[in-house]
Amino acid sequence: MAATNVEVWQHASVVAIDQVAIDIQRIVLEPQLPKRAEPGSHVDLKVVIDGEQDKRSYSIVESSDDGTRLTITVFKAPASRGGSVYMHGLAVGDRLEITQPLQNFPLRIGAKRYVLLAGGIGVTALVNMARTLKDARADYTLVYAGRSREAMAYLEPLREEHGENLVVHVDDEDTSLQVPALLAGLDVHTELYMCGPIRLMDAVRRQWTDSGLSYPNLRYETFGNSGWFDPEEFVVRIPRLGVEATIPTGRSMLEALESAGVDMMFDCRKGECGLCEVRVLELDGTIDHRDVFYSERQQNAATKMCCCVSRVIRTVPADGRERPAGHSLPVVTIDVS
Amino acid sequence: MTIVESTSSTTNKTLRFPLNAWYVAAWDREVVRKPLAVRVANQPLALYRTEDGEVVALADACWHRLAPLSMGKVVGKDGIQCPYHGIVYNSAGRCVSMPAQEVLNPSATVPSFPAVERYRFIWVWLGDPLLADPDKIPDMHQMDDPKWAGDGETIDLDCNYQLVLDNLMDLTHEEFIHTSSIGGKNISSSDFIVTHGANSVTLSRWMIDIEPVPFMRGQMNAKFPGFEGNVDRWQIIRYEFPSTICIDVGVAKTGTGAPEGDRSQGINGYVMNTISPSTDTTSRYFWAWMRNYLLDSQKLTTQIKDGIAGVFREDTAMLNAQQVAIDAMPSYEFYNLNIDAGGMWIRRLIERALEAEGAPWQPRT
Ligand code: FES
Ligand code: FES
Ligand SMILES: [Fe+2]
Repeated sequence: MAATNVEVWQHASVVAIDQVAIDIQRIVLEPQLPKRAEPGSHVDLKVVIDGEQDKRSYSIVESSDDGTRLTITVFKAPASRGGSVYMHGLAVGDRLEITQPLQNFPLRIGAKRYVLLAGGIGVTALVNMARTLKDARADYTLVYAGRSREAMAYLEPLREEHGENLVVHVDDEDTSLQVPALLAGLDVHTELYMCGPIRLMDAVRRQWTDSGLSYPNLRYETFGNSGWFDPEEFVVRIPRLGVEATIPTGRSMLEALESAGVDMMFDCRKGECGLCEVRVLELDGTIDHRDVFYSERQQNAATKMCCCVSRVIRTVPADGRERPAGHSLPVVTIDVS
Repeated sequence: MTIVESTSSTTNKTLRFPLNAWYVAAWDREVVRKPLAVRVANQPLALYRTEDGEVVALADACWHRLAPLSMGKVVGKDGIQCPYHGIVYNSAGRCVSMPAQEVLNPSATVPSFPAVERYRFIWVWLGDPLLADPDKIPDMHQMDDPKWAGDGETIDLDCNYQLVLDNLMDLTHEEFIHTSSIGGKNISSSDFIVTHGANSVTLSRWMIDIEPVPFMRGQMNAKFPGFEGNVDRWQIIRYEFPSTICIDVGVAKTGTGAPEGDRSQGINGYVMNTISPSTDTTSRYFWAWMRNYLLDSQKLTTQIKDGIAGVFREDTAMLNAQQVAIDAMPSYEFYNLNIDAGGMWIRRLIERALEAEGAPWQPRT
């Protein structure tokens, strides 16, 4: 599982597209330079959003042995950053620029027991892992949580493939996943691999250490595209530079500041490294921290944020009343490095 | 005219290395708590033992800035700390402490490779970990079987590992390179039989009623004081994938039935050889000479080891020079003789394995 993450760009053609759940498409790609994809790997690919080129990461759901066919799966998020809309516009025969498989989420062979936890479209990062564990005759459970069955990709094939090793939780069937109950059954030799919405991942991360489990055994991958709240439009100001920008729901604060000509530092662009950190000077609203860089304490302090993924929303009134319509946009005043 | 496509090994002077294979990374005694830097099949490794004595093989480069972990120190039960900015990894290669921040970056890992301690060696597997079955480790049981005694050394070579395998499969060179010790004029003129399996190649040669070479006479005299006369000599060379060659060698008083299976009137040794490619043109050669007589004599162990070390120095000089010549004249080909049959079978088995891994042989440029 050598972690060679050199980006080798190449062309790939779309050879098949089909719908696998509501708003979810399975896309099969034929890359020019085939390389077998290990479980946990993903490809980066170039998308066009509002006429501008951008990069998105998608987990590889399936790879032929020789790597000549790679399957990815794309959820058209209602409030996506725009990449998924582009992806859903693809047709068979289209050509894309993609990387060879990259690995940030390696599966370690040899653990006593595995739990794979998928939330919604996060299942795409775990399908190949589950298959590998099955082939290796490992002790594993695939836990798959979603809003409704129609919105959960690959439910039926996974059930056929994994039988009793698949446990399904569906919100609208009142069988929602209970994180404390899930972790209560684990011992220190269990490795948990998860991919899903940030709410789920934060809940598991917080509960994990409280349950006395070993932190390195908790493995997760984030693509930095979900938050605790739905994205809203908001305003960012940098007084020192005289910059003010409005961030639409489909763009990140980092992207918007870059377009506004601010020289921004960054690396991962998915909320892991903390290099895109900005200092919050003033806040009219609430920060929706979508990173995995800050601790809970740091996030609550709300003095810094990772602008590649995190956003600002209007503060929800404490009494839970509907927000008055037409209320002005939330505003964050920051300084940058 | 039809041109027959040839996949003969004739043009492949040196070989690349299969990764789905066990290679020796070090002697067991060399791997201790304090990290050790080695390189196997182009992969730098940091080897160390956990508090419980388990061997760990991590890629020797920190996730952060690639500082060699082997320059760091072990911490806790199974961890190792990067010497540069203090990131700590556990034996699975996962970051367990990142000193400058409150939350660990989930991507912070270094590759951890399967490692097995067996036959006094540490074996590592650099390929697909799902295939890393310890049963595939070549049989070198004489190394720690109580019925055998002996010791060996490590030789660092400036040549591709395949040249060493060629050397060991073809012992006719003994007559020319090792004239004063284990050579002898009968080897190149005696007949041999080659057989091969899916993962092994065996070459056997018997020399009947010959004058013992100096080294063998010495061994006979150690076991049978005062022995004089002719012997029957055998060399049964067994290669096992990817790069281990164990040679059953010995002599017995001639006419006492050794070829038929009664070796009681002789001495028997096993030359244990396993070669690990370090890079394309360097390798580490681990060897030992094991015997099944006079087991308690440490003196004999040392004498034999020193004697054989001298013999192998003669090979080292030749192998290094051969690689220099190969590199200096890239357009010159190898030609093969009948005596190369053993080495040619090894080349074919290795090339098949490379092809199965999706890495057909390519000429070095
Ligand atoms: S760029 Fe890495 S956290 Fe934002
Ligand atoms: S290079 Fe290892 S911690 Fe920085
Ligand atoms: Fe030799």
